[in-house]
Amino acid sequence: MAKQRNNKNNTSKTPKDKSADSTKVDRRAGFDRFAKPQDTKGTLKRLAEYVGKNRWRLIVGLLLAAGGALGSVAGNAFLMPIINAFVYERSFAAALPGIIAMAAVFITSAVCNYFGFRLMAKVAQRTTNLIRRDLFSNLQDMPLSFFDSHSHGELMSTFTNDIDNISTALDQTLVSLLTSAVSFIGTLTMMMILSPFLTLLVIVMVALMLFTISFIMKRSRRSFRAQQRDLADLNGYIEELMQGQKVVKVFNYEDKTIRVFDEKNEILRQASTDAQSYSVSIFPVLGNLAFIQYAITAMIGSMRIIGGHMDIGTLAAFLQYSRNFSRPLTQISNQINVLIAAMAGAERVFRVMDQPAEIDDGKVHLVRVAATETEAKDIPEEKPLRGTKDSVPLLYLPRVEVGLRNLVWAVPEEDETIRYIPVCGDIRFDQVTFSYIEGQPVLKDISLYAKPGQRIAFVGSTGAGKTTITNLINRFYDVQEGTIYFDGIDVKDLRKDDLRMMLGMVLQEVHLFTDTVAENIRYGYLKATDDEVVSAAEFANADSFIRHLPEGYDTMLYDNGRNLSQGQRQLISIARAAVADPLVLILDEATSSVDTRTERLIEKGMDNMMEGRTTFAIAHRLSTVRHSNAIMVLEQGEIMERGDHDQLMSLKGRYYDLNMGTIELE
Amino acid sequence: MLRQLSRYMKPYRLYAIFSPVLMIIEVLTDVYIPFLMADIVNIGIYESNTEVVITLGLRMILSALIGLVAGVLSARLGAVAGYGFGANLRSDLYRTIQGFSFGNLDKFSVPSLITRLTNDCNNLSQAAMMSLRMGIRAPALFVFALIMAFNIDPGMARVFLVAIPALLLIFAIIIKLAHPRFREMQKRIDDINAVVQEDLTNIREIKSFVREDHEKRKFKKFNDSLMVTSYKAISLVIITMPAAELVVYSTIIAILWIGGREIVAGNMLAGNIISFLTYVMQILMSLIMFSQVLLQLTRAKASAERVVDVMNTDVDISTPENGLTSVADGSITYKDVNFCYPGSENYSLTGINLDIKSGEVIGILGATGSGKSTLLSLILRLYDATEGQIMVGGRDVREYDLKTLRDSVSFVLQQNTLFSGTLRENMQWGDANATDDMIRKALQRAQAWEFVQKLPDGLDSRVEQGGTNFSGGQRQRLTIARALLKEPKVIILDDSTSAVDMDTDARIRRAFAADLEGVTKLIVAQRLASVEDADRIIILDEGRVSAFASPAELMETSEIYREIYESQQRGVVA
Repeated sequence: MAKQRNNKNNTSKTPKDKSADSTKVDRRAGFDRFAKPQDTKGTLKRLAEYVGKNRWRLIVGLLLAAGGALGSVAGNAFLMPIINAFVYERSFAAALPGIIAMAAVFITSAVCNYFGFRLMAKVAQRTTNLIRRDLFSNLQDMPLSFFDSHSHGELMSTFTNDIDNISTALDQTLVSLLTSAVSFIGTLTMMMILSPFLTLLVIVMVALMLFTISFIMKRSRRSFRAQQRDLADLNGYIEELMQGQKVVKVFNYEDKTIRVFDEKNEILRQASTDAQSYSVSIFPVLGNLAFIQYAITAMIGSMRIIGGHMDIGTLAAFLQYSRNFSRPLTQISNQINVLIAAMAGAERVFRVMDQPAEIDDGKVHLVRVAATETEAKDIPEEKPLRGTKDSVPLLYLPRVEVGLRNLVWAVPEEDETIRYIPVCGDIRFDQVTFSYIEGQPVLKDISLYAKPGQRIAFVGSTGAGKTTITNLINRFYDVQEGTIYFDGIDVKDLRKDDLRMMLGMVLQEVHLFTDTVAENIRYGYLKATDDEVVSAAEFANADSFIRHLPEGYDTMLYDNGRNLSQGQRQLISIARAAVADPLVLILDEATSSVDTRTERLIEKGMDNMMEGRTTFAIAHRLSTVRHSNAIMVLEQGEIMERGDHDQLMSLKGRYYDLNMGTIELE
Repeated sequence: MLRQLSRYMKPYRLYAIFSPVLMIIEVLTDVYIPFLMADIVNIGIYESNTEVVITLGLRMILSALIGLVAGVLSARLGAVAGYGFGANLRSDLYRTIQGFSFGNLDKFSVPSLITRLTNDCNNLSQAAMMSLRMGIRAPALFVFALIMAFNIDPGMARVFLVAIPALLLIFAIIIKLAHPRFREMQKRIDDINAVVQEDLTNIREIKSFVREDHEKRKFKKFNDSLMVTSYKAISLVIITMPAAELVVYSTIIAILWIGGREIVAGNMLAGNIISFLTYVMQILMSLIMFSQVLLQLTRAKASAERVVDVMNTDVDISTPENGLTSVADGSITYKDVNFCYPGSENYSLTGINLDIKSGEVIGILGATGSGKSTLLSLILRLYDATEGQIMVGGRDVREYDLKTLRDSVSFVLQQNTLFSGTLRENMQWGDANATDDMIRKALQRAQAWEFVQKLPDGLDSRVEQGGTNFSGGQRQRLTIARALLKEPKVIILDDSTSAVDMDTDARIRRAFAADLEGVTKLIVAQRLASVEDADRIIILDEGRVSAFASPAELMETSEIYREIYESQQRGVVA
């Protein structure tokens, strides 16, 4: 309780905003959905590349769908001979071939449609699967700065809504646009054949309808935009007030917020009513204009029949066509919104995908030295090695000085020879300056060193730059000036994966995976045996509580280990680091208080971990600080004081003040 | 549920009645037109009567025009009713939530309340409009077109007796089969979202353990299984369209088959077939439309349940009738108070007995979870004591008008918020009529004036949502100033200076002592220094008062106090 609790936002310097941003993003997404896509051509091309991977399915699917559409147009043509046979020849038999042909064409059309749609569904699913896979895969390779600067809600919405929109468009729009075009042209052709004169009339009427649609659409779009704006305004207000609802209660602010709310609600009501009136009106307008067109066609057609220029069958078929003539046009206009949404979605997906991946130009890699030549040959290269997480090549290198766990850094020299440097875990900062945002340095000219096995503690108020230092060692971020050396090699020259393998992190904010306890521990070293998992847990002092869980090591953890206490999660994260058995430990001690028993367990586990490892600790516990070889007091990105506990206390400076709690923590 | 919701439609009753009426008029014109068409052919053409053709044609156009006007009006009235209903619903929902106690608020999470106020209300507006229009149109079109068809030729109309059940059967089968598949698909979607979400939050672990490839493999499994299940679900629904087409086509052929024989036999004229072709489309379309309406309504049902769930929550704290409207002084008494949070089984506070005099400065110490905030929230009835009694100014807190009580007791919450707007607007939360002078005084007392003064726009400076453009220490001082503006009888600082440096903290306390004499001050703190000049200090330990005495006495009697004292003297690094 004596500890300060207010420094949970260690990363507050990085521009991120994790909490409660999902709703905010939804609102933004709502806006975006109305925004036009920027680079339609480029987006289309890339979408086409994805769809192209299922080229044959796509082509066949579209052909079948087109065939289906054509069939339904063609089938109706038989109305003319059939009805004429009835009316003029007074013979059912004469009509029979027409009826049979009509049935055959219709059935073929339905069958074509079914298989066409099926193939297109497959294409849509496969394509979205590929896009989703690539999106996720690219995301994995992005640098940490990307995740710190993008809200999770925003990325989630790309994964869900945007990809959904693409899928819908592939599934429906493509087919719909094609079949609409086919039926439009087919219908027009058939009408021309039946009666060019009436066709002309229909075209004039349809042009009139199109004009009306575009008029309503224009109005409708404007009021939709207004509705969207007012909706965002109201949603934003709701979101903010709901989050501060307890303050509202304490300040008796209920009536006032209700008044503001009602105003915004009323504005939205009016806007929505207008927007909806327009969009819904389209249906009766179009439907009835089509009837007027039908009526006029029927009138003129009938006059022509009476005048002897036409027969009843032709009129029946023509009327059937003219009823269907405008349908493809409304269909296309309906699909255009879906298409725009999909294009905007695809563009966002590609924008995320195109973020540059984490660069790794490190050439120095780890090598494990075999004791004898035969050992090096016996063990295949991929064989994982205890103590490292990945496969490290095993080489027989006589006369090479080996480091801890027989590891050496292989440094390619310019003359194409390879120099081997033993791995020790020696870390140095040489005049390191770093800023997340240009011009606002978080660390200024930091120099320090940790010899193998030494323990360095960082203290200082929140935002002083402690977390940043640890983010630089593992190259989550790269320094702008100065150099960080690992065993005397610039960390920028090390292969990132190899570097990170050497480092273990135990962070105060524990993140666990939805899996069993055992698998969560194994995450540190995927090939660890069950025994190794248990002994790592014992080492971390986590074994006893795990055994008391309902299903012991097989207990499932959900939702970041919601079913565990804070302290228990901490213990698992120590065990996870223990199984990885790193050379260098980065420790961000938890500040939140846990019960005393667990606290003691954690303390012991942490101490076990630090034993014999180069340790960088963001320290909150007195014992960690006391037992450090050096304490760095950071303030505003600079090392204000350094030394051991007694030296610093006798200095009566910043460290002393911090101990006494006289510094503003912000 | 429906009755409860229909209340909100009341102000738009007339709209809700006339929109369907107009819709029915439109439907009537829709089915009348093919009927006229039959006559044009049967009378006009067969008898070569141009006059009939023109009269009936004009009548068709007139019908269509009536239909158009009725349809557009119906759309407008439906939109007014639907969205008016939605706005009323939303407004009442918001009011209900404003009446919620802290206990009620804890039950629903903030995001879930936001969704209910936004998405759910939107869904319901949409559904209301939809049921007024499409919900009427589909059955009306079905019934009237069927009547007309039977009217024209009962023989041919019999085809519908087969076609309609066939179509319904196909729909029913597909829906029945598709439902579990879609549920499965939704499950996979949830799974994959959970994986991505977890990946994003755990990205530091993934990167530091070099597990990117491991995660990619894991994702691939989920992604592929989503593809397979989606395809299974979708490929089934795809049957609907071709199947419906087949039914339509078969109906057309059956009509030609039956009608053709009739025409050949001379029992019927060709016009009937032509109008029948239109009825076929109308009847079968109405069924498709109806299935869509049902689908939408099921979706809306979930929203309705979530909204009603909030509406039907019993508000557990409300203001008493004729409550007291003035608080005598700032004395506070706890009598045998026990408290457990609603829905919890464990008592957070047990056996609390305290007597605090008006104007005293009381410090409160205790470990996290020892019940400090809980103890204090009972004073202004953020929660009600489960057992026992709390008195302010000598009267039970439950006797006061809630507004009076909360205006007299100012609570600076630990989780405090500033709102977007100007600084002045934020300060006026404490007192709507506060003048700039009063605000300045409050800011000075809270030691916030020095930095506010330096802002280029002073009190007109913008505050971003959540006050993110101020530092933690600044925000805390602003919220203290806001609380001071209430001119309370009791002020509670719940760890409200944790981010403020010792020096400023001390100055705030000095200002409190000098300017707020007579106001009872309750101060929760982590730092001993923040409460060292308190008259008395309450030490809370696991929900019980372990000690309540002056700091000097506590040094003698309380082991916990001594421990805290020593650890802070010895120094633990922040």
